[in-house]
Amino acid sequence: MSRLSEFLSPESLWGRLDDPSQNAGYEDHPTRKGFFTDTSVCIGCKACEVACKEWNQVPDDGYLLTGMSYDNTQQLGASTWRHVAFIEQPVGAPSTGAPPTDLGMPGSKPPGWEREVTLGEDLVDGDPQGAASGDSGVRWLMSSDVCKHCTHAACLDVCPTGSLFRTEFGTVVVQEDICNGCGYCVPACPYGVIDQRKDDGRAFKCTLCYDRLKEGQTPACAQACPTESIQFGDLDELRERAAARVEQLHDQGVDVARLYGADPDDGVGGDGAFFLLLDEPEVYGLPPDPVVTTRDLGSMWRHVGAGALALAGLGAASFLGRRR
Amino acid sequence: MKRGEQSMVPEPEFQSYYGRPILKEPTWKTPDVPIYLWIGGIAGGSSLLAEGAALSGRPGLERVTRLTAATGAAIGTVALVHDLGRPERFLNMLRVFKPTSPLSVGSYILAPFSSLAGAAAASHVTGVAPRLGRLAGAGAAVFGPPLATYTAALFSNTAIPVWHEAHRELPFVFGASAAAAAGGTAMMLAPAAESGPAVRMAGIGAVAELGLAHHMEQRLGMLAEPYEKGLAGKLTKLSRALTVTGLGLSALGQRRPWLRRVAGASYSAGSLALRFAVFEAGRESARDPKYVVVPQRERIRAREEEARRQGSGTVSV
Ligand code: SF4
Ligand code: SF4
Ligand code: SF4
Repeated sequence: MSRLSEFLSPESLWGRLDDPSQNAGYEDHPTRKGFFTDTSVCIGCKACEVACKEWNQVPDDGYLLTGMSYDNTQQLGASTWRHVAFIEQPVGAPSTGAPPTDLGMPGSKPPGWEREVTLGEDLVDGDPQGAASGDSGVRWLMSSDVCKHCTHAACLDVCPTGSLFRTEFGTVVVQEDICNGCGYCVPACPYGVIDQRKDDGRAFKCTLCYDRLKEGQTPACAQACPTESIQFGDLDELRERAAARVEQLHDQGVDVARLYGADPDDGVGGDGAFFLLLDEPEVYGLPPDPVVTTRDLGSMWRHVGAGALALAGLGAASFLGRRR
Repeated sequence: MKRGEQSMVPEPEFQSYYGRPILKEPTWKTPDVPIYLWIGGIAGGSSLLAEGAALSGRPGLERVTRLTAATGAAIGTVALVHDLGRPERFLNMLRVFKPTSPLSVGSYILAPFSSLAGAAAASHVTGVAPRLGRLAGAGAAVFGPPLATYTAALFSNTAIPVWHEAHRELPFVFGASAAAAAGGTAMMLAPAAESGPAVRMAGIGAVAELGLAHHMEQRLGMLAEPYEKGLAGKLTKLSRALTVTGLGLSALGQRRPWLRRVAGASYSAGSLALRFAVFEAGRESARDPKYVVVPQRERIRAREEEARRQGSGTVSV
């Protein structure tokens, strides 16, 4: 599965790349698939987490109560391929300066929020989720996180066995029959997605339901999502849809809405799975400006080479001079 | 969600998801991986000393360094295999060759180095096929220096802030540290009358290690913090103390062979402590989201400023 061109061609390491599958050596391939996760309509039901576990038979990762929030899943990991983050914020928190965003729950209207809100209209029209309750002055942000299926995927670049590979759909998948558990992909991922399963030794992450995609089906998490917060489809089309959605929210006065990972010119060449967020990325546990480590590959090898030459020179110099 | 701990320097303000890490901590095992880095440096440096000793007619030094190179490579290989989650699949490392993966490149350095250094040592000890043995030794000396420095790329080619941002300095720090450790090991084991080159290699390596590690921290700015705090900070200080002790004892040990041996051990231990320090600093910088968010925010700010200066539109996050 390893394709030499992907590893050797310099433009595959960094910068804009419109067709990663072709770059990986697929000549005839389906259009690139991905996710647009619109967190503004996420209700935090965790159907995606459950569907993913069920379909992919992912083992449990312990039943812990964190005590920090409603989020007891805590993070993506080897046995958590979808993770719903719950963020509880005082309305108009000075950190964000964000206006109250509304939950779209029946009968609730956040302070300072002009429009009357009714259920149904919200979910169908996709009104700003947010989640501010008029009584408590708290806004809730919920977001279902997943592997980003990066255009320039560091995990794939550093994998020494070729276990991680680019599929014909432009996604990034671990071949569990090849992975030898070297663990290199784990610190390489700028989003902290992939991890090693301790009792198994190998690395695991979201496959973007490779098996289902090959059958022309929708990934389990997207299928299970009741609010269409997780939208699956052709990446090009999703990007257009997302841009329109942001515009719509801005028109409605939700200035804090922004896309994350949608820009093909960003540090990882754009994400195959990107997001609409209502606050800064780091509030959701996402890095604000991720860059694929292999952008600096040339510089790294040059410095390693220079260091090796210097060491060899030092070795030779040690034998000069005194005969002792 | 804001964190503001009290310390002498005001903590930079930043937001996070309940203070949780953004990155995954490396799953590499300790002590396996720090020992692998250290012993790879010793083996690589020793292969250079072995060739020099052979060329300059120092049989005692040659014998010790040939054996060190071969043993070091063998121990390093064991440590590397032991670190795998699926050790029985070690050979999958040689399934493909990927320049984008320093672990792949490193496997193609370690494999020939171990074979060549092993052959050279076996031939030297047994006296069988001496010319082929010398050839193997020369080959090992070619793979030795990259074996000592590629591990810098192994660490740097990750998202771990204190490793990645040090990708220009780390190969030189590791190279210098390898010289100190290899020279030190030879000082410890070789006949004093022949260990002059080892003393010089270790001494220059030690001074360079101290200077380059300092330079690296200067360059890292706020990311130098993990190298100076907590467990990594203790290891950094221990490493410095051992290396300085090595320099001092080595100077005093001009005429006292036993002091020279102690100095060698001190150099070598200093190099080992440095590898542990770098490893632990990396883990700490993965655990605390501050080391991810603050530098990335700074990068965005600088980019926006640049865009403003050029009078063009905005830069997206
Ligand atoms: S998000 Fe991480 S694990 Fe997913 S493709 Fe990108 S680098 Fe790999
Ligand atoms: S742990 Fe497995 S998937 Fe990850 S880099 Fe190593 S071999 Fe590749
Ligand atoms: S795409 Fe499939 S594997 Fe990935 S998170 Fe969704 S259900 Fe899980």
